[in-house]
Amino acid sequence: MGERAMDLRYSQTDEKFRNELRAWLADAVPAHGTVPAEGDWDARRGYDTGWQRKLYDAGYAGINWPAEYGGRGAPLSEQLVYYEEIARARAPYVGVNFVGLLHGGPTLIVEGNDEQKAAHLDAILKGEEVWCQGFSEPSAGSDLASLRTRAVREGDDYVIDGHKIWTSFAQVADYCELLVRTDPDAPKHKGITWLILDMRAAGIEIRPLRTIIGGTEFGEVFFDRVRVPVSQRVGPENEGWRIANVTLRFERGTSFASQMVELKRFLAELVDAASRVTRHHASAWDDAALRREIGHMQAESDALWAMVKLSVSQANESGVPGIGGSAVKLVYSELYQRVGELAMRLIGRAALSWDDVGGWPNKRFLYSGMQSLSLSIAAGTSQIQRNIIAERILGLPKDR
Amino acid sequence: MDFQPSTEQKALQEGIRAFCEDRISLDVLPALAEAGGFDRVLWKELAELGVFSLRLAESQGGIGLGAADVVLVFEELGRRLAPGPIVWSELAAGLIEGAATGDCVVGGLDLVQVDVEPHMIEHLDALDALILLREDGLYRTTPDALQATPIDNPLDPLTPVHAVTSLSLSSLSSLSKAERIADAETAKRWRLDAMAQSAALALGIAEATLELALAYAKEREQFDRTIGSFQAIKHMLADMFTRQELARASVYAAGATLDHPEVGDVEQAVRGAKLIAGEAAMKNARACVQVHGGMGYTWEIPAHYYLKRCWVLENGFDAGHAHADWLADRLGAGATDGG
Repeated sequence: MGERAMDLRYSQTDEKFRNELRAWLADAVPAHGTVPAEGDWDARRGYDTGWQRKLYDAGYAGINWPAEYGGRGAPLSEQLVYYEEIARARAPYVGVNFVGLLHGGPTLIVEGNDEQKAAHLDAILKGEEVWCQGFSEPSAGSDLASLRTRAVREGDDYVIDGHKIWTSFAQVADYCELLVRTDPDAPKHKGITWLILDMRAAGIEIRPLRTIIGGTEFGEVFFDRVRVPVSQRVGPENEGWRIANVTLRFERGTSFASQMVELKRFLAELVDAASRVTRHHASAWDDAALRREIGHMQAESDALWAMVKLSVSQANESGVPGIGGSAVKLVYSELYQRVGELAMRLIGRAALSWDDVGGWPNKRFLYSGMQSLSLSIAAGTSQIQRNIIAERILGLPKDR
Repeated sequence: MDFQPSTEQKALQEGIRAFCEDRISLDVLPALAEAGGFDRVLWKELAELGVFSLRLAESQGGIGLGAADVVLVFEELGRRLAPGPIVWSELAAGLIEGAATGDCVVGGLDLVQVDVEPHMIEHLDALDALILLREDGLYRTTPDALQATPIDNPLDPLTPVHAVTSLSLSSLSSLSKAERIADAETAKRWRLDAMAQSAALALGIAEATLELALAYAKEREQFDRTIGSFQAIKHMLADMFTRQELARASVYAAGATLDHPEVGDVEQAVRGAKLIAGEAAMKNARACVQVHGGMGYTWEIPAHYYLKRCWVLENGFDAGHAHADWLADRLGAGATDGG
């Protein structure tokens, strides 16, 4: 037979890339220092964008972005190698660059005009521009299309009035991917427009919200007659819903890839902790029930990574992640929550402290146990993902 | 790296699917069960289709494919509950004369699996040759060398079983004419192949039960609307889809890893696939019964055949919990393939 696929082998070129990246990370990661203190957002921005700049200078920024926009334009296999190595080296996470790199930028690549691409893509890749997301509103969560933030045309500007919520890193962002209502009389999906908002514009107020883990990484954003030039509109007026769905598919598609590799490492850490926990004169790792649970999680985590490989293959063909990303997100959210809960259970009463105590990795374990709750809510709740699978993949009727 | 099935592989799979839909339609299952769960004519047709000779070299009358292709084919066989000892016979092709062509129906007993007694053997009456798989190698004997009692009411109407009465776990001395035909390494490899194939059959069941439940949810009306418009049902079906896709990825990865062991730990991939696909099949089959309501609980619709076959697969080549334990041991030894 000729062509044979279902092949997981990396090529020599991939392995060469892996070796170079691994060698570079081995020096670059320790040299970049530790994450700044919780709540110091200016320092955090400096840390995350500084890392992004280092990636850019080394030729590793925008791993899946097309080369014509300054990305590496890496083939699928190199992207996977990249995610594996980033997790292996415990390199800084994309952090404040998340929105720009993983969905705002990719949306501009697909839907933006030449001017918009020139203005933002290079700056995002270099870590010079930080983006945030202005999609959800207090009355428009899962029912995103019911959003009410108004944009009224006045000359060459839109004038924005309204209120967004769950806006991560708003306090350090330069731009915002903003969904506004431009036609209040049209059916709700047909009156929405996608805008690039300059966060330095007059009339913007940011109020941080404290999260379940005590941090303030997201908040509310209020708009009082904020002017956005019409030239900052992405795509035609009132076509914002379609464009937002492109954005959301990027968000649900491949943006969690490196954390999934990280999950495998986390399981190994659990085993290490279990062997140090003493219960009933034996280590917790001697507990057959615990072992079986962790063995099961290992199988799930391996299967999930294989699922990412299949999903990324599909994204590689079309350029936009498939809606199958909803299934990947469902599995990942649910698995991560169980692993996080198990981690907290494992250390028993030591889990009553956020700060590392008695040699336990409290911060890491509690973070996994508590922060993981956001995974089945953010970027579309698990219930919305199930609706998407049921309606758009399985062809079941809408229920409203 | 290209993890999607190629155009050729998709064509191979579609060919098998078309055959199965034609020859093993759900309507023929009751008659097949009535006939003892085996049909020699169908068996011969499967052989002619190349099901048992996929991996044989062309010089041996095969088509020289790999484990990845085998899992694609077995996915389709699982989808239509293809009857007979297909796993054993595919493994035996090339080692036992006539297995590839379907002239010699080969079955087997996995003596590595630690299990309750008595040992249960599938399809004994249909067999022309019997393989005993032990850690130290493969032994060939004749089916009548085994003292076994037929079970009048097998769980799976399409999988007849016998309870073995003569076999001692520790020795083969009770068996005359047991001939050692392969070494320990081959026996180990057989088990891994068998796990991957069983996982692929389970994947097919996960798919078929979703298909059945979905078709019913789109057609059945209650409260003046199709039940598939209710979120309670939609979300069950979405979960079935998600389990199916997770199972697909793990089964395909098992096939790909068997073909190219340099990409990962073969046993880890294969056992993970057996566990994940086995669960997907079992859970989807149960959900299929539930979506069908009262009818799902009857013998009238095929959901029960699928659920029962899940139990046959679950209890062959180690059950899910044994795979989880193995994976934990491997993780504890710090030896898992971190991927």
